[in-house]
Amino acid sequence: MTELKVYNFMGIRKYAVIFSAILLSVSAWSLYTQGLALGLDFSGGTQIEVGYEQPANVGELREKLSAAGFDNPVVVHFGSETDVLIRLQGEPDQKLAEQIVEVLKGDDQQIELRRVDYVGPQIGEELREDGGLGMLTALAVVMLYVAIRFQLKFSIAAVLALVHDVIITLGIFSLARFEFDLTVLAAVLAVVGYSLNDTIVVSDRIRENFRKIRKATAIEVINESLSQTLWRTINTSVTTMLVLLALFFIGGELIHNFAIALMIGVGIGTYSSIYVAATVMLGLNVDREDLLEQVEGELVDDLP
Amino acid sequence: MLNKFPLWKNILILLVIAFGFIYATPNFYPPDPAIQLSGQSGAMVIDDSVLQKVEGALDEAGIDYFDGQADGESLLVRLQDIDLQLRAKEVIQAEMGGEYIVALNLAPTTPDWLSSLGGQPMKLGLDLSGGVHFLLEVDLASAVAVRLEGDLQEIKTVLREERIRYRSFELKGNQIIGQFRDIEQVKKATALIRNSYRDLLPQTTPGQNPLSLVLNLSIAATSIIEDSAIKQNLTSLRNRVNELGVSEPLVSRQGKNRIVVELPGVQDTAEAKRIIGKTANLEFRFEAQGKSGERFEFKTPRGQGPEAELEKKAIITGENVTDAQPSFDQNGRPQVSITLDAKGGWQMGHATRDNVGRRLGVLFIEYKTKLEKTVDENGELVITPVPYIEQHVISLATVQSQLGKQFVITGLEQRESSELALLLRAGALAAPMYIVEERTIGPSLGADNINLGVKSVTVGMAMVLLFMVVIYRAFGLAANVALTMNLLLLVAFMSLLGATLTLPGIAGIVLTVGMAVDANVLIFSRIREERNSGATVQGSISAGYDRAFVSILDANITTLIVALILFLIGSGPVQGFAVTLSIGILTSMFTSIVMTRGLVNLVVGGRKIETLWI
Repeated sequence: MTELKVYNFMGIRKYAVIFSAILLSVSAWSLYTQGLALGLDFSGGTQIEVGYEQPANVGELREKLSAAGFDNPVVVHFGSETDVLIRLQGEPDQKLAEQIVEVLKGDDQQIELRRVDYVGPQIGEELREDGGLGMLTALAVVMLYVAIRFQLKFSIAAVLALVHDVIITLGIFSLARFEFDLTVLAAVLAVVGYSLNDTIVVSDRIRENFRKIRKATAIEVINESLSQTLWRTINTSVTTMLVLLALFFIGGELIHNFAIALMIGVGIGTYSSIYVAATVMLGLNVDREDLLEQVEGELVDDLP
Repeated sequence: MLNKFPLWKNILILLVIAFGFIYATPNFYPPDPAIQLSGQSGAMVIDDSVLQKVEGALDEAGIDYFDGQADGESLLVRLQDIDLQLRAKEVIQAEMGGEYIVALNLAPTTPDWLSSLGGQPMKLGLDLSGGVHFLLEVDLASAVAVRLEGDLQEIKTVLREERIRYRSFELKGNQIIGQFRDIEQVKKATALIRNSYRDLLPQTTPGQNPLSLVLNLSIAATSIIEDSAIKQNLTSLRNRVNELGVSEPLVSRQGKNRIVVELPGVQDTAEAKRIIGKTANLEFRFEAQGKSGERFEFKTPRGQGPEAELEKKAIITGENVTDAQPSFDQNGRPQVSITLDAKGGWQMGHATRDNVGRRLGVLFIEYKTKLEKTVDENGELVITPVPYIEQHVISLATVQSQLGKQFVITGLEQRESSELALLLRAGALAAPMYIVEERTIGPSLGADNINLGVKSVTVGMAMVLLFMVVIYRAFGLAANVALTMNLLLLVAFMSLLGATLTLPGIAGIVLTVGMAVDANVLIFSRIREERNSGATVQGSISAGYDRAFVSILDANITTLIVALILFLIGSGPVQGFAVTLSIGILTSMFTSIVMTRGLVNLVVGGRKIETLWI
């Protein structure tokens, strides 16, 4: 029989608050001042991916396209030296892709048109709106579910932890100028799902322990709960991280940013389920009474 | 305490495993490269005689094929070698001629006993199969405007016939506005319109000029026009797609005014864009007599001619053309035979009865988009697509007699007649459309995406399996069996439901693999805790499963909510991610709770052991 080691997580919650506050304000500042580096899905425009047999010189290609009359083409390597991504503003012309391939071919290089994407400005705008709306709906529905299954204070704590994770993930994307496209939006929503998963498991334990351990302060109960779930939290994060690493290194360029967003999110989500949710609960003065309310309510109803 | 499952639970587990194997299996049979042949119109019968002809052509060209099958509507010939696919298509097309659609196809090789159980491989999304995706926006306002213009011209004629005098009658926005000289005439006109044009509602606002008459199209009529415009555009898009020879095209409505076109496996994307992107309409109009005409450029395949002046009112539009074929008259001169629908035939007959000898023009209208750059108040460059219209006359021919449902246009050159027939067939759009989104994925990129996806699932899975065994030893093995079964069930369900696998969908599968073990991690951690606090072996297993269940349920339901929202707001690929995530959550609940418990019960339950390998 071994005693569980109880870590004093809440003892350093002041530092956690400071740490989160710094991350949040830097993220918010970056999102406010420079926003996200919106990918084609949201910004609209035309994007063409071509494959060369030999490594391509993007500088040369850029000059070639400019010389051929294309306005400010963005030409970058995509995933490998032989893959080139060209981005142009607008021009939904039927022949654009062929023209570009024609221009690039120039010195009898074998070149393969791998992908052409055109997104009209109105579609980009709609997606931005739908994405934001979806995020808010997800948070609202989750808050409602947790409030019903647990209790309002837990619900507020869970949603604040989610907002925390989402803002920081977006903030890092904004700071690092990683491209934000539809798959990244999907990843951020998956982060909401993951982080929530973590927070709920911890909350579940806290609820159980509040009911079980009678003579203990809220801080003691929370520390004990966090310690009990610590290994589970770590192990699940590790397995998720393992598959994300596989996606990041093997999944290819199109999935790259998706994997990055999830890795950031899972990291932040693990931290927030330990520190943020529990700290918010303490801030809201959570105690045994909150969790016994329901039972008392039923008893009152039973009175004639 | 002994851990035993009742018999029915064990049988349930076995049934689910069998289900998983059966419905996931079709995905492991690689498809055969094949050629599919069908008729231009649904009335053509593709039977064994057609098959023999096709096989004869392949024999002659020395192309290896097998298992040719015709089912009356289409036929399929499988090839040994994918490199021969393009050549086989050319050979067959040359042999069979333009009346048939020849398409490249990948034929599933699902064994009969599997397909008789409903087993089928997963569908691949465009990002995995390669192909073209278009999102077109239908300009419904202009469909309504066309209708109002027609009504306006008719009302003017009727008023003149009835000797009701007006100063002017014109179209402003979506209102028809008439000006009169005296009240008496306004009343007469209003009564007449109330009787004969029930869809046009006279608008009365206080303080309105009593000598003017404002007509609005009723909401019901507007929505009928809009609806039929979309339907008509869908039909003509489907016709055009058929000309492309794609084996499984998708043309469907999205939202109120958009149409999605997906052409998987298309190799020649430029050709697809040319045909789909041709957003055109046709109008048959008389040559103008006197002053009230509109001037258009005259353009035929022969080259540009002088200008032609046509009446403002169209007799019929491309909507009414059901078929147009190039043919030859008795003297072997090329002509185009046109078939109209009933309404079009009636209108054509009515219009040409008193107009034999006049010239009838075909106006070709193309809707194009150009981008305009403006600078908004924040000094940022804003790019807005501005639709514009290009119109020219493609044919001007003298009416020889009253025309009906079927008539011919003569006096053409051969090239001219086939081109005109194609334009007439394909040009039937009820309302202009603009491409608002376009995605073309080359076939090699699609294949790359599949490879990368399969690789990352394999590697991710292997690492998780290893980790679980290292951390939870014997129980880790149980979790690994469950995880593998989970993957199998996920694939089985997706195949059975006909869900489409996309690249983000594969990412969803990988993520599911990582997160699905969470339930087992929760359970096993709980069992360890129970053991550490001194519970018996059997007691801690039972308590571990029971206590972890509530957490697992809550955590999964909330994730499911998020996935559902993702599905509702997302489009194409993102929905694919949401679908795999949701199915993965459901299957993982079963495998990680019920299946591992079954395994543990089988091995450990009912025995007296002192140590747990966990």
